[in-house]
Amino acid sequence: MTLTRRNGRLGGLALALTCSLALSACGGDSSDDEATGPLKELGKTEGQVSILAWPGYVEDGSNDPNADWVSSFEEKTGCKVTSKVYGTSDEAFNLAKSGDYDVVAASGDLTLRMVAAKAAAEVNTDLVPNYEKVFDFLKDQEWNTVDGKNYGVPHGYGANLLMYNSDVVKPAPTSWDVVFDKASEHKGKVTAYDSPIYIADAAMYLMATQPDLGIENPYALDEDQLAAAVDLLKAQRGHVGEYWSDYLKEAQAFKTGDSVVGTTWQVIANTIDQDNVKVTVPEEGVTGWNDTWMISSKSKNPNCAYAWLNHIEDPEINAQATQYFGESPNSQEACDFAEPGFCESYHAGDEAYSDKIWYWRTPIEDCLDGRTDVTCTDYSDWTKAWTEIKG
Amino acid sequence: MTAPSTPVVAAPSGAATRRASSFLATRPRVRLGLLLAAPLTWLVLVYVVALAALLVTALWSVDSFTGEIDRSLTLDNLREITTESLYRTVTLRTLGVALLVTVIDVVVALPIAFYMAKVASPRARRLLVVAVLTPLWASYLVKAFAWRSMLSEGGLVDWVLNPFGASTPGYGLTAVVLTQAYIWLPYVILPIYAGMERVPDSLLEAAGDLGASSGRTVRTVVMPLVLPAVLAGSIFSFSLTLGDYISVNIVGGANQMLGNLVYTNVGAANNLPLAAAIALVPIVIMLGYLAAVRRTGALDNL
Repeated sequence: MTLTRRNGRLGGLALALTCSLALSACGGDSSDDEATGPLKELGKTEGQVSILAWPGYVEDGSNDPNADWVSSFEEKTGCKVTSKVYGTSDEAFNLAKSGDYDVVAASGDLTLRMVAAKAAAEVNTDLVPNYEKVFDFLKDQEWNTVDGKNYGVPHGYGANLLMYNSDVVKPAPTSWDVVFDKASEHKGKVTAYDSPIYIADAAMYLMATQPDLGIENPYALDEDQLAAAVDLLKAQRGHVGEYWSDYLKEAQAFKTGDSVVGTTWQVIANTIDQDNVKVTVPEEGVTGWNDTWMISSKSKNPNCAYAWLNHIEDPEINAQATQYFGESPNSQEACDFAEPGFCESYHAGDEAYSDKIWYWRTPIEDCLDGRTDVTCTDYSDWTKAWTEIKG
Repeated sequence: MTAPSTPVVAAPSGAATRRASSFLATRPRVRLGLLLAAPLTWLVLVYVVALAALLVTALWSVDSFTGEIDRSLTLDNLREITTESLYRTVTLRTLGVALLVTVIDVVVALPIAFYMAKVASPRARRLLVVAVLTPLWASYLVKAFAWRSMLSEGGLVDWVLNPFGASTPGYGLTAVVLTQAYIWLPYVILPIYAGMERVPDSLLEAAGDLGASSGRTVRTVVMPLVLPAVLAGSIFSFSLTLGDYISVNIVGGANQMLGNLVYTNVGAANNLPLAAAIALVPIVIMLGYLAAVRRTGALDNL
């Protein structure tokens, strides 16, 4: 009898103990959450860092002997760099969530998703000395700062341009209508970027050609506006030879003449390097990107990650990297290191020009243009629309 | 039975083995169970559990902004792929490509296999087998990209066809069918060749002696005997094409097949549950195909 009673009491005690243990564990967790802020100070570098970036952002000279800003970083910090390139922000999002990458170069249609998914860590910009040199109009923007907390440092910005083969596309196009309303002239040789975000290009074209739709921001589309953009893209689909997300695939298609007109990045035109392949900024404007170097919330090499952020923010390095990719650098000092005329041609530091580029954003239900009377279509709606467009 | 003279202490392990074997000898079910345990575990874990996981995943959903998976069960994905016209169109397109590839492969493979098995000298036969197998040494991607450059504007196909007033079909479904038919051809030739080898020469001679024409011999003697092999080969080309997405990406132009929808939903849209639901479509088609093949009795003769 006594034995059983004691056992029972012991059992109760054990239960209570487990509870309190569990509780304290819980308490510990929540206090950890509150304490999670940016890194306060840097320690010893870990010896390696893995980077996920757009093609042309992390070059060690193996693609082009003149483009190498990884070797100097490795020598200076002792952090061995491994890098992976991606073709679309969606691809990057999945890769970044795996936690295998310490540093991610993210465009504006990715950064907020990274923050929302808790895949990005808050960045203490004091630990990135070169940050102070960055153009002010790139700092604390809605795509790199949430609730006053910085989630990364700016890299550079640029536009999605119109590329065409001047042997075939005559006269030289000045409007996006060559890939939309007049796409039939180059049936089967039109190309477009293979990502739902390309819907914004169609919406931007509609802003100019169909003002009665009332589109104010190509990333804030209500259902009717999205439907109009989808119709335009479905009509375009009949003339598209192939969509591209791999930049080398587009480069090859333009070289052989399988594609003659379509959206592109400056770096692709540079890769092709043929006199008859030209790029232009059409009159309707352009969509573009404004990229941010982020640190993964699961990074095991935060010190090397910060070291990389500082390295790539260095005006000389930033000038090399942005010049290689064909985009505007992030600081005035970088322009001093760039080739003469480079910053002028990319309008670096020209805030008014930068304001005219529709930087990639993640479409969300709360309309980005400030409308409150309608619900906007979010990125999952865009993704669904995109598979339908491709059919 | 243990002989009484055997010292039990001297050979304990021998005794244990013997006891085990006599235990098993009287229990055929246990014997069978032990024999099948390893392969069945493998089969169940790798195939059945994976399929079940796929089915369950298809019933989940995804939070569109954060990309987190919501594990409450819903039929939305299945409803979407059965009601939306997009999935019907893509399924039909994929089926069409798979059937066309299979037909082309069988038509090309039959004469080659017949020649290899019945006409060629043993030396030539060995060389032909090597020739059929050689393309398998090159990677799939290399072959698909080779077709991309051959089919491009001003490429090899263009150069060959231009004198006849034709030009390259360009990137599109035709290119996909060509590429797939080329890549899967060895997988169709080999089973048909094996089937042809099993057709006794005496039957062909008897048909000839009885006055049957070559066409009639092929129709009434060879074909019925190699049909199981043809169907086996067709399972390869059909199922492999059904799930392919890489060559469509490389030479398919703007077209999508079922595999591409799975790929974009995993890679771009980050919608694993919808991808799982789409992946069920080719599985259902394959089950139907295998059931149809089974009705012909072809599987019994493999």
